[in-house]
Amino acid sequence: MLRIDTHPTHQYKGFDIRVGKPLPFGATLVPGGVNFSVYSSHARSCELVLFKKHEPQPYAWIPFPDEFRIGNVFTMVVFDLDYENIEYGFRMEGPFDPREGHRFDKAKILMDPYAKAIGGRDVWGTEPDWTNVYPHRARVLLDDFDWEDDHPLEIPIEDLIIYEMHVRGFTRHPSSGIKHPGTFAGIREKIPYLNGLGVNGIELMPIHEFDEFENSRLSPATGQRLMNYWGYSNVGFFAPKAGFAATGKFGMQADELKNLIKELHKNGMELILDVVFNHTAEGNENGPTISYRGIDNKTYYMLTPDGYYYNFTGCGNTLNCNNPIVRNMILDCLRYWATDYHVDGFRFDLASILGRDQNGAPMHSPPLLETLAFDPILGKCKLIAEAWDAGGLYQVGSFPSWGRWAEWNGKFRDDVRKFLKGDPGLVGAMMQRLQGSPDLYQWQKRGTRASVNFITAHDGFTLMDLVSYNGKHNEANGENNGDGANDNDSWNCGGEGPSADPAVNRLRLKQIKNAVTMLLVSQGTPMILAGDEMGKTQGGNNNAYCQDNETSWLDWRLLDKNAELHDYFKSIIHFRKAHPALRSCHHFGSNASPNGYPDISWHGTEAWSCDASPESRALAFLLNGENVKGGTANDSFIYVALNMHWEMRGFRLPQLPEGLTWHVAANTDMPAPEDIFEPGEEKRIGDQSEFLVGPRSVVVLIGK
Amino acid sequence: MAEQVTVTCAGGCAKVVLSGKLDAVSAPGLQEELKKLIGQPIEKLVFYANDLEYISSAGLRVIIFAKQKINVEAKVYFIGGQDAVVNVLKMSGLDTFMSIQPTFEE
Repeated sequence: MLRIDTHPTHQYKGFDIRVGKPLPFGATLVPGGVNFSVYSSHARSCELVLFKKHEPQPYAWIPFPDEFRIGNVFTMVVFDLDYENIEYGFRMEGPFDPREGHRFDKAKILMDPYAKAIGGRDVWGTEPDWTNVYPHRARVLLDDFDWEDDHPLEIPIEDLIIYEMHVRGFTRHPSSGIKHPGTFAGIREKIPYLNGLGVNGIELMPIHEFDEFENSRLSPATGQRLMNYWGYSNVGFFAPKAGFAATGKFGMQADELKNLIKELHKNGMELILDVVFNHTAEGNENGPTISYRGIDNKTYYMLTPDGYYYNFTGCGNTLNCNNPIVRNMILDCLRYWATDYHVDGFRFDLASILGRDQNGAPMHSPPLLETLAFDPILGKCKLIAEAWDAGGLYQVGSFPSWGRWAEWNGKFRDDVRKFLKGDPGLVGAMMQRLQGSPDLYQWQKRGTRASVNFITAHDGFTLMDLVSYNGKHNEANGENNGDGANDNDSWNCGGEGPSADPAVNRLRLKQIKNAVTMLLVSQGTPMILAGDEMGKTQGGNNNAYCQDNETSWLDWRLLDKNAELHDYFKSIIHFRKAHPALRSCHHFGSNASPNGYPDISWHGTEAWSCDASPESRALAFLLNGENVKGGTANDSFIYVALNMHWEMRGFRLPQLPEGLTWHVAANTDMPAPEDIFEPGEEKRIGDQSEFLVGPRSVVVLIGK
Repeated sequence: MAEQVTVTCAGGCAKVVLSGKLDAVSAPGLQEELKKLIGQPIEKLVFYANDLEYISSAGLRVIIFAKQKINVEAKVYFIGGQDAVVNVLKMSGLDTFMSIQPTFEE
């Protein structure tokens, strides 16, 4: 049966049109044509503007007849469009009254907030035509895909090992040796590498369409072109960045990304997107008008009583997340990525902003966060908050979660860094961090699933730089080294930057092994920064957001140079995967075990006694392997000794049940290959009562 | 240039000769031709692409349609494609179900 509402009812200058459907918003293929739908609470009229692909000027302007408006939604079907070869935008007529929050400008061509493909930056770094009347162009997307039997993996978050990467930076360096460097297809080519490393969750830094030329300038320090490389500045929320796709020049970025996700899933890896709902690329009143400002400024942005932009993001504007309309857009967006891209989870940049009301005040029960926590379509997606914002709201441990949200545990990062470099007074804090930070999360009964543990992330030093620099070195960013964090808790191990001293280099290597061991034996979800496993350096730059060059790109030659490090990472990842006791979803203390040992016990240089006094830098813990993971699994006993003192310490070992003996799984004080042993090949130790733990060293034993 | 397409079918082997552009303009025509093969005992589906200049998203979908609707078990071959075309197929994941090769031995 053919529907009786799929034929044109009106004509306008040669175009066949009819009233459309308001839902779904955006441009949707329907029989015979394209359904366009866009809402604005304050526009008086709206016009559809059509371009032939890449043409400088539009070829058609079609006003939405007033009878095509349903409520505040303008909707129209245009028939017989060559949908693969057009670009579309809107012009809106309405009040220009900034004090009242309105900034309508009929002259501007506006991008569809629901655009699922965006042209204009099709190939990364291609100099744009700065006179373009419509620089970021909405396109119609064929959003079907041959998923076959693909399904998000739904790996329990405590079993996940996240690997955070920048799409371009991961393979752009010539040493990546692949066919399509710097793209989604490039990541696909590196799946065997990722599989070999053992990570099972890939977190991509922003992949929504952004403008790498935003604030583009030459560095006064180096003369190099600086770009918006990281991309924490959305042009559109529904479209993947074309410049991250080798097929972007053909407009096929969606297919390429979907194919990557399908292949990752086939290889047992989840895909998590870093999403930026706190601001847009339109900046403040001096920024460009791309879309939202011209469509419904007052709806999309938090405005001061005078109509200026609140800036809780440090980026000029703040998205009005708890306005019901914007809230729905965010929900539509996440549902779209979960449904159409099979994305496994989201990490929310500066998520505390999502909990501010329309005047910027923190809310007790933010409706947006609650909506996302309970949404049925997102029901199995990981929701991970960066639980702070640039307006001073810091919510690690108190982010409104409804038991559903996980957090980037910033306290884990800070405490482990301080402990690692031998600061005093950290033993008590480390006891919390190692067991999933119950001090932060237990009061909400959130268990270890609340804590995404990390020591390094894209924002800050790489792990190699953390042990090579006391201070940041951001001169190349062109801001007189004034940008980037100052409280890095880093230590250069005896000389700033690259060193010719073998002792310094040996210590750095050991400190990295210490760090990753602490990360991987901690309860919660570990996150590794891409490249740390091969000693990636950014030359001390701790804020490389604008460095689209060798500073940021992963140099794959490091795999050879730092093979020992890479091997260690692989093995410690295998260790975590082999030991369910490290991946409890509950905090300890609830699980009585028949063998009489507590599920976790604390030790030090003496067994069954832990010195948490300020000058103590030694700590050990014992995990009872019986009935772990809520009684669903059994494991060996695991004992981890951490000596962050600069001198060797003897650790008295707790006694094992009869018949079991201690074996070394890892000892960072030993040179490779004695530093770590694959599961099953751990080495029995001679003295079963005491272990000498080297200076600044971590030892992992198993009782079997 | 619009795509010219010929479809022939003999002995369980369907041959499709593509040329020009396979895009949203030409894809529906090819899809109609391929629909005629539904229900026939096709074991091999061979796309000859030596003269295919360009394939768009819509074009890819016709090939996927052929795999899904004519015979999921059929072997699909894509023969003689130019580099640009073959790259697009690979990056979109079509290389996982069809054999992309320079020539085809019958």
